[in-house]
Amino acid sequence: MLKGDNLWFRYGDRLPWVVQNRSLAVAPGEVLGLMAPSGYGKTTLGKLLAGYLPPNKGQVTLAGKPLPKKGYSPVQLIFQNPDLSVNPRWRIRQILQEGYPPKHAYLDALGIHSGWLSRYPHELSGGELQRIAIARVLNPHTRYLIADEMTAMLDANTQALIWQGVLAFVRRQQVGLVVISHDEPLLKRLCDQILVLVDGSSPQPLRHQGQGFHPTTRNAT
Amino acid sequence: MTITVNSPQKSPQKLWRIWRQNNRRQQTLGAIVLGTLFLLGIIVSPWFLGESGLSTVLTQRNQPPSLAHLFGTDWLGRDMLRRSLHGLSLSLRVGLLAASVSALIGTGLGLAAGTFGGWVDAVIIWIVDVFFSLPHLVLLILIAFAVGGGTKGVIIAVALTHWTSLARVIRAEVLQTNSSDYVHLSRHLGKSSLWIARHHMVPHIVPQLLVGLILLFPHAILHEAALSFIGIGLSPHLPAIGIILAESMRHLSTGYWWLGVMPGILLLLAVKAFDWLGENLRSLFDPKTSQG
Repeated sequence: MLKGDNLWFRYGDRLPWVVQNRSLAVAPGEVLGLMAPSGYGKTTLGKLLAGYLPPNKGQVTLAGKPLPKKGYSPVQLIFQNPDLSVNPRWRIRQILQEGYPPKHAYLDALGIHSGWLSRYPHELSGGELQRIAIARVLNPHTRYLIADEMTAMLDANTQALIWQGVLAFVRRQQVGLVVISHDEPLLKRLCDQILVLVDGSSPQPLRHQGQGFHPTTRNAT
Repeated sequence: MTITVNSPQKSPQKLWRIWRQNNRRQQTLGAIVLGTLFLLGIIVSPWFLGESGLSTVLTQRNQPPSLAHLFGTDWLGRDMLRRSLHGLSLSLRVGLLAASVSALIGTGLGLAAGTFGGWVDAVIIWIVDVFFSLPHLVLLILIAFAVGGGTKGVIIAVALTHWTSLARVIRAEVLQTNSSDYVHLSRHLGKSSLWIARHHMVPHIVPQLLVGLILLFPHAILHEAALSFIGIGLSPHLPAIGIILAESMRHLSTGYWWLGVMPGILLLLAVKAFDWLGENLRSLFDPKTSQG
């Protein structure tokens, strides 16, 4: 269980709160959707959950313990923009093998051609590069995946291909998946449960656990 | 049948296509080799030429450029081509030494500023700003004077004043790489700081360092020539390019134009060659321009 308890976060002491008293939990094998308009702190929340940012108040726990600081993190974040999440001076093969080398089955499922491996990132399109960025964390050491607008910039075909590949991985490895998006139809297709972030601006008292969320539709696909 | 007929026709076309694909890379490599050979040629030329042509031949004074003396001769009948090569070789060696020391200082301070941040960064940036706000030549003259002038003075002055821009570039590169998504991600993939420095930072910093170093050379050489020209650099009996140019000033009004123009063109070519070398190395190091 990956849990965020009463998370508060702001980027500076004098700046407004970006994340206020948010709580959420995702179980292994569960697909949780996180929906909100722009500026409601979706990405920041994703970064808190993945341990990229430390919360000002509250804590993120993995199976009751804080996130590990060293070694391969069991919670992996997939960024929206793949151009920024790969080193432009590395070849694709090196990028894929930075963590644990991904299995061929997943590379095939994501439609990654072996011809791409000797290329540099700028020689692939955005969709192709995003598939590389995803394949990089598809290994048994990843227990939770946080997909931050992972396919927002891609066309429908590539979206479908990527989500099929990722969902296959999620089911087989019983990985907890958090899908952050503002695309409601997409979330309804993918998720077991969708949380809608409401009212990102007014402060919420710490006690009211989970006040920031309204659980909505439970999809029955 | 068609296959066997087609294949010999295809292979030259294929070769031509491969050649054309590699053309830009080969042009870049060719430019680097040419530039390096030209500059190395100038540097080692005194050892091949020896002392011949440097002695005074009073029967051949003040001759304009000809086939026998491509750069003409001076008021003592010395061959100007040989004098210019000797002078430029000396100036290049002095410039190389000063620029290398400068690059070392720049890299060290840039890395420190980018890595440690905080007050270390503030102090280094403040020093850089101080250097930028002083007129370059005045600072050079001051330092050269302070350490006693001569060859040593020139080298120290040039080395101490040319590191600032490189330090800024290296610092910016460190900061940019350190704050990038792929470095954050690398930590979450379980990589140590040392591993990240080795595999993520070095590929970004080494090209900047090499290109920065090579683009420092022309600055260092020109400033060395400038210091010698105004008489506080290398001592007048050494045939440095700045000395040769300063001497020629006395003879320009009498119509001996080649004394200044020809060594000047040689200096210009050498500086341009460094510039060319730097630009081509940069495009070779950058994956976006090195392929195809």
